[in-house]
Amino acid sequence: MALLYFIYKNRSVPYSVVQRKALFKAENRRDSEMLKEDNRKVMLEKTIKEHQYQASSLLEILHKTQELYGYINKDLLSFVAESLKLPPSHVYGVAAFYNYFRLKQPGEHVVTTCLGTACYVKGAEEIISAVEKEFKVQRGNTTADGRLSVFITRCIGACAMAPSIVVDDEVIGKATKEIIIERIKLLLEGKKP
Amino acid sequence: MKPADIIHLAETELDAQRSYKHRINVCCSSGCIPFGALKVLKAFEDAVKEFGVQKECKVARTGCIGTCSVGPAVMIEPGNYLYQSVTPEKAREIVRDHVVLGLPVKDMLYGSKAYFEKQHRLVMKNAGKIDPYRIEDYIAAGGYSALVKCLIKMSPKDVIDEVWLSGLRGRGGAGFKIGQKWTFVARAHRSPKYIVANLDEGDPGVFANRTLAEADPHAILEGMLIAAYATEANKGYIYIRAEYPLAVDTLKKAIDKAKAMNLIGQNILETSFSFDIELRLGAGAFVAGEETAILASVEGNRANPRPRPPYPAASGLWKSPTLIDNVETLANIPQIISHGGLWFSKIGSPTCSGTKCFSLTGKVNNPGLIEVPMGITLKEVIYDIGGGVPDNKKFKAVLVGGPSGGCLPDTMLDLPIDYESLTKAGAIMGSGGIVVIDEDSCMVDTAKFFIDFCVEESCGKCTPCRVGLHKIQETYARIIGGVGKPEDIQFLRSSCGYIQEASLCGLGQTAPNPVLTTMRYFGNEYNEHILQKKCAAGKCSFKHNVKEAEI
Ligand SMILES: Cc1cc2nc3c(=O)[nH]c(=O)nc-3n(C[C@H](O)[C@H](O)[C@H](O)COP(=O)(O)O)c2cc1C
Ligand code: FES
Repeated sequence: MALLYFIYKNRSVPYSVVQRKALFKAENRRDSEMLKEDNRKVMLEKTIKEHQYQASSLLEILHKTQELYGYINKDLLSFVAESLKLPPSHVYGVAAFYNYFRLKQPGEHVVTTCLGTACYVKGAEEIISAVEKEFKVQRGNTTADGRLSVFITRCIGACAMAPSIVVDDEVIGKATKEIIIERIKLLLEGKKP
Repeated sequence: MKPADIIHLAETELDAQRSYKHRINVCCSSGCIPFGALKVLKAFEDAVKEFGVQKECKVARTGCIGTCSVGPAVMIEPGNYLYQSVTPEKAREIVRDHVVLGLPVKDMLYGSKAYFEKQHRLVMKNAGKIDPYRIEDYIAAGGYSALVKCLIKMSPKDVIDEVWLSGLRGRGGAGFKIGQKWTFVARAHRSPKYIVANLDEGDPGVFANRTLAEADPHAILEGMLIAAYATEANKGYIYIRAEYPLAVDTLKKAIDKAKAMNLIGQNILETSFSFDIELRLGAGAFVAGEETAILASVEGNRANPRPRPPYPAASGLWKSPTLIDNVETLANIPQIISHGGLWFSKIGSPTCSGTKCFSLTGKVNNPGLIEVPMGITLKEVIYDIGGGVPDNKKFKAVLVGGPSGGCLPDTMLDLPIDYESLTKAGAIMGSGGIVVIDEDSCMVDTAKFFIDFCVEESCGKCTPCRVGLHKIQETYARIIGGVGKPEDIQFLRSSCGYIQEASLCGLGQTAPNPVLTTMRYFGNEYNEHILQKKCAAGKCSFKHNVKEAEI
């Protein structure tokens, strides 16, 4: 009965019955049970279902994946590819094309320096070079101990306050290298600024 | 809801607003929030309660007021008193003195009068005045009345005629006549038809479209609805950068509200017109703003441009006729319909009607978001509105049009801002970025910065752009590294020509602009770098980095 209902509900979905069954189970589990396991996967599956397994919603699904996991690793890429019935190479190609998707796990703390025009003109390059030197890490990478990632981005839209730097979700405007290095040191020492 | 209900709602809301003696508009856009705007908003609400003036003073959360460099900004009506760098403590003081005692706090008011005098707010007329999360605010300010007018009084052809008459040109960069573009789409007799509103805004250093979406999302939606009515489209997508979370949230809620009030969906306002709007998130690719690339991205693919023709108007999303317009273009539409195309055609310059939003940044005293009539000169923008270069430094150049724009020197400051004049000078309108550079910057280094950007953002599909820009990048690395040769100048010039001619899309075609304009106007700096190994601004190290030069 349940299976019939399920097939009826998903009749337009090109998906193997075994997978459907698993999904159906996942969807009908009670909340407490869901929480016990990694419910991020369940939420991701739900989103994919909401988009009716359409290949055209690949970007939306990658966004959701990154929102849930913080980054998109190989397993997740394969999972998305399988769910949408797309070649894994295509999914990887799309994810790698867009700068917004992170394919590597970021460090514990993340410093993102804006290198947009307004910030560059106001000396953002000097700040990021100083950070790289101080913490011995190249832009786009994470320190060996996994505690600090240094990323660059092109314009976060706070150009009137340039140079703008995001330290763990907090935007710091009119930044100087002293302020930023000080702030990162505090974070690494585990103190709240 | 019926059309009459909209008018009724506007009246009720206006009555409610009139019952307040003061209105405190707190800017809560992404420029001000990092500096504590939400705390300031809360402080105002608390202070109003504390002094017991809730009945006569309304505290509203609004979008950008325009003075982004002195945020959080707060505007008190009536009288348009603009307070700068407000803190929660000062908020209490302002309520006490200004609202209760009627004495504006003089030393906290924004100083530069000229900042607003030369501006002409048309697209941004509601920005900083209405609460973007309340559709009622927008309706009270005359919103959705243009849509009602279209649905009741105008045929799709009348709407297109009005847009033709206005002379409106695309604000996304190319400046294509909108009346013409709409006619192409309207004439395509295939359904479904789609509309894509372009809010990708990949130019680094530009935030005009984001500000519009955060301050007045319904203007974009209304413009899209009217465009759909005129071209008989069925479904619309707003393609927005994921880096703009607040704008995404504002638009999402605006769409939900409009759907709940039957302004989007089936049988809008109980007429036979139906149109649906959905958001699509971009993911940080500059080239995705290009009109064929955006289509690929909406379809869930890599944002690779494709050759045209076929143009999107004939074969766009899923091979259906598709209209692609910038969101600022769309936000102009309701006003053109309300006031008439003739009225609009008289604003701005003869070849370019209307206004343009610019984000004015870099080395100016008053950076921020401005809206000026077309045809205004660069000098007026930089000196009158922007207040000139700070710290007594010397003005060197102004970058117009983002990474594919041009660097113009002080001799060009009398240039009027319109599509033709800028193109003739070697720059482009782009999506509206004006970045001022002073003597501390090196023009060779600046040009390299843009080339680096374009190399990074090139999708790699066509050879001139992928390989050509790379060669230019290498040449710059050599010049800056101190091993430049005199022939390099000629090499740069000729490769720029090839890239402009042979690239597939606008990215490659315009990427050489910064190189060509810096060579044209600042040729002496190139000579100094190559012949004397000298950088007047002291930016370039002249340490030849073999690795960088030969990647
Ligand atoms: C590399 C590149 C990037 C672009 N980026 C944008 C953008 O971010 N926003 C935009 O509205 N138009 C952008 N455009 C222009 C669009 O291709 C298109 O001309 C525009 O959206 C049409 O709308 P309009 O007629 O309203 O100007 C870009 C073009 C190129 C070549
Ligand atoms: S250029 Fe850095 S925030 Fe815009």
